[in-house]
Amino acid sequence: MPTVGVKRDLLFKALGKTYSDEEFDELCFEFGLELDEITSEKEIISREQGNSKASSASDVILYKIDVPANRYDLLCLEGLARGLQVFKNKLDAPRYRRVSPVSGDRQRLIITKETAAVRPHAVAAVLRNITFTQERYDSFIELQEKLHQNICRKRSLVAIGTHDLDTISGPFTFTAKRPGDISFRPLNQTKEYTATQLMSLYKTDSHLKHYLPIIEDKPVYPIIYDSNGVVLSMPPIINGDHSKISLQTKNVFIECTATDLTKAKIVLDMMVTMFSEYSDFLSFFSESAESIAQLLTRMCLLSQTTGDELEVEIPPTRPDVIHACDIMEDAAVAYGFNNITRTIPRTYTVANQLPLNKLTELLRQDLAAAGFTEALNFALCSQEDIADKLGKRISETGAVHISNPKTADFQVARTTLLPGLLKTIAANRKMPLPLKLFEISDVVLKDQNKDSTFFPGRCAEIFVCGKSVGRLGVLHPDVISHFELTMPCSALEMDIEPFL
Amino acid sequence: MADTGVAEALLRQIEKVDGGADSLELANSLGVDHQVVVGAVKSLQALGDVISAELRSSKHWELTEEGTEIAEQGSHEARVFGSIPPEGLPQAELMVESIQDQVRETLLLVQRGRSTQLEEKEKNELKKRKLLSEVTVKSYWITKDSSFSTTVSKQETELTPEMIATGSWKEKKFKPYNFEAMGVAPDCGHLHPLMKVRTQFRQIFLEMGFTEMPTNNFIESSFWNFDSLFQPQQHPARDQHDTFFLSEPELAHQFPWDYLERVKRVHSQGGYGSQGYKYDWKLEEAQKNILRTHTTAVSARMLYKLAQQETFSPVKYFSIDRVFRNETLDATHLAEFHQIEGVVADYGMTLGDLMGVLHQFFTKLGITKLRFKPAYNPYTEPSMEVFSYHEGLKRWVEVGNSGVFRPEMLLPMGLPEDVSVIAWGLSLERPTMIKYGINNIRELVGHKVNLQMVYDSPLCRLDS
Repeated sequence: MPTVGVKRDLLFKALGKTYSDEEFDELCFEFGLELDEITSEKEIISREQGNSKASSASDVILYKIDVPANRYDLLCLEGLARGLQVFKNKLDAPRYRRVSPVSGDRQRLIITKETAAVRPHAVAAVLRNITFTQERYDSFIELQEKLHQNICRKRSLVAIGTHDLDTISGPFTFTAKRPGDISFRPLNQTKEYTATQLMSLYKTDSHLKHYLPIIEDKPVYPIIYDSNGVVLSMPPIINGDHSKISLQTKNVFIECTATDLTKAKIVLDMMVTMFSEYSDFLSFFSESAESIAQLLTRMCLLSQTTGDELEVEIPPTRPDVIHACDIMEDAAVAYGFNNITRTIPRTYTVANQLPLNKLTELLRQDLAAAGFTEALNFALCSQEDIADKLGKRISETGAVHISNPKTADFQVARTTLLPGLLKTIAANRKMPLPLKLFEISDVVLKDQNKDSTFFPGRCAEIFVCGKSVGRLGVLHPDVISHFELTMPCSALEMDIEPFL
Repeated sequence: MADTGVAEALLRQIEKVDGGADSLELANSLGVDHQVVVGAVKSLQALGDVISAELRSSKHWELTEEGTEIAEQGSHEARVFGSIPPEGLPQAELMVESIQDQVRETLLLVQRGRSTQLEEKEKNELKKRKLLSEVTVKSYWITKDSSFSTTVSKQETELTPEMIATGSWKEKKFKPYNFEAMGVAPDCGHLHPLMKVRTQFRQIFLEMGFTEMPTNNFIESSFWNFDSLFQPQQHPARDQHDTFFLSEPELAHQFPWDYLERVKRVHSQGGYGSQGYKYDWKLEEAQKNILRTHTTAVSARMLYKLAQQETFSPVKYFSIDRVFRNETLDATHLAEFHQIEGVVADYGMTLGDLMGVLHQFFTKLGITKLRFKPAYNPYTEPSMEVFSYHEGLKRWVEVGNSGVFRPEMLLPMGLPEDVSVIAWGLSLERPTMIKYGINNIRELVGHKVNLQMVYDSPLCRLDS
């Protein structure tokens, strides 16, 4: 679950009410959030770096709130406050409208075909007449970071760039060029660099180095220019310094470049809707409705009844609503889960035990009665455990292998229960003898019948006088591709020694 | 019992005296070592109120070994004097003509038991010279007690068949049990506490009419574990960080292809009343073999199988089996743990029904106070976390997760539209650790577990 850190007093100011910690905790429970931690910057630094480093840090109270993974509209103070206000009927559910500029044409972002090779999609929007304070500015930057970490999958799916519109001029072009052909002054630097140089420069930057692999090996890198050739950004790595936002910025140009268009739209919607309240051009509409319509409205899902049906407007802040069941859940949350009457289903069924488990339970009882003690061992172990230590070669065991095991203890799934029991005895050397152990549980064996070299159902084992001497059949398509072949292929392989 | 002879002789002596007798004196008059008398006193005491023995200690002066030698042969000085030949000696500035062997005389006094005739000063000086030592002697002052008799009756330890047959038990005295002593542990086998708890949960499900699902497959394809549950392919849980992928065999190849197509469509384009996730769904991703991350994969298989029936019948399924997560390990998390899962599929199941079933289930665990919190799972909507009130900690703690399966999961399987499926789950390890007071999961599961814990673990009674 993503965690959002907000200054408590700022949040209460936005909510228009001061809560005690318990009251706020209760509100979170009803809404589906969790108040994970109450701390301060000072406390955090103190914990991580020691008391001396923390002495100058702020001790303003911070709330760390866990929000559900599918609610991108709750990732910043503005979104949280708005959601809770509407839930508590303190605010009407907002309606977001796209508004044309007072004077002049709308801005344009032109996408060229070169981007298809590296980052095909882009969407953009403008927030006009914004007023930033330090807090709003910090929140704006923080939301981008949170979205990057979550839905954007660390900028690989979507990357956000925000720019001061008054420092640049449209129409804007999103294209892709060879790294050597890109040169600009990146954010917080004093001189120009080529893209190739930037890749080396940022290799040591603890924050940016993680994003370099997204475009590093591509023939062309994405780049956004304004009509004067000023670089806005080189997504997903870094923005240009020229168009950077400050507290004085009044108009913001937001661009989202992506490999997934749906997600790009969701991300753009979030950026725009969360901060639209600071724009002087947003109008709020309110509608009256009845019961469920009212409940939904408390969840920012504006609704009205039309005859027997309910018409629900899904705002751009709620991309998680994709089916009527999502609407139903919000209605239930607004009603209060704990207010719903519980009922007992009338489902009549007769229980059945799984025969394998039934037998296991009987055997367990009798094994214990016979004086054996039950062990419980891990299903994952090292290759040594099931092969070398048992006097076998790993290839003989028919074991399944784990890719990227973190340690040797996670290399394979056990093919026998014996190593586990022997390890248990080894760990309990000091216990008085005799040690009598048992375990009844699953092991994992590759399906030997399915010879993965051959196409299922199109192969056979060859027997001579009751002994297996080889196999024949149509090769599996994977095998054919592995050897860079294209035509179907049959094969036979046999041991001739039995015929001597 | 040691030497009833001595004990009885002792008793006879005690009978004769008024008041009591000192054990040292008794030892003397009986002509035995004091320790033998002490032994007799102890065994008489064990019989009950025959005698009463009060421990006393006294000090007296005793000759050391050197002291004894001097008492016999004279002090060193005297011996030197005595060994000078009458002819005299050059060094014979012997200051004295004759000596009186004071030391020897003092020592002889002590030897004869007349140390009280000596002054403290004299005794202490000889003590410094290591010729005398002050010895503490413990003795007993023995008196008659309420059940005094001069015969020692032998005490029996066990009731025997002969005693029963002859009725002789009526005349015998039986030695009282020593409740302070530990008994001999019987030779027996033991069941593992986690498995004991599993047995109880299995029992609860069976009592509620739930049928057990076949979960004997640790390996699952991503298709059944994730895709059929409407969990999108770019979801973080499908990362290398959270899931164990197989390198061998890497891919699964057998799927119900019609169903797979429907799953692909609902993910990428929507349908069944849903907008879908709108991304490019890839077969290769779904084919990846993994160690299952939840037993919900089996529930999906079972629900698909149910949907293939001619006519729908309501079902209640459960499973309790092992799942695997490739996460950071700590005191309460291991890569392998057991998941408990319950599923009910029927026409018109409601959220109220889910809460009702949960109440019934948890009541069998002795938990009656429940609260539900809105939550999020990719495959259920609505989702509810289940909390119960912990009297000891005086707060609400999470005891499980639950929800109603999404239509995007059920409808492509072919289940009728008005059928809803409710489900809930919890881990097996957590209630076990709470019940058995274990704080570190490594002390419960795996080969490093202390077998003594398994030997000593009590009955599992979940409802009390």
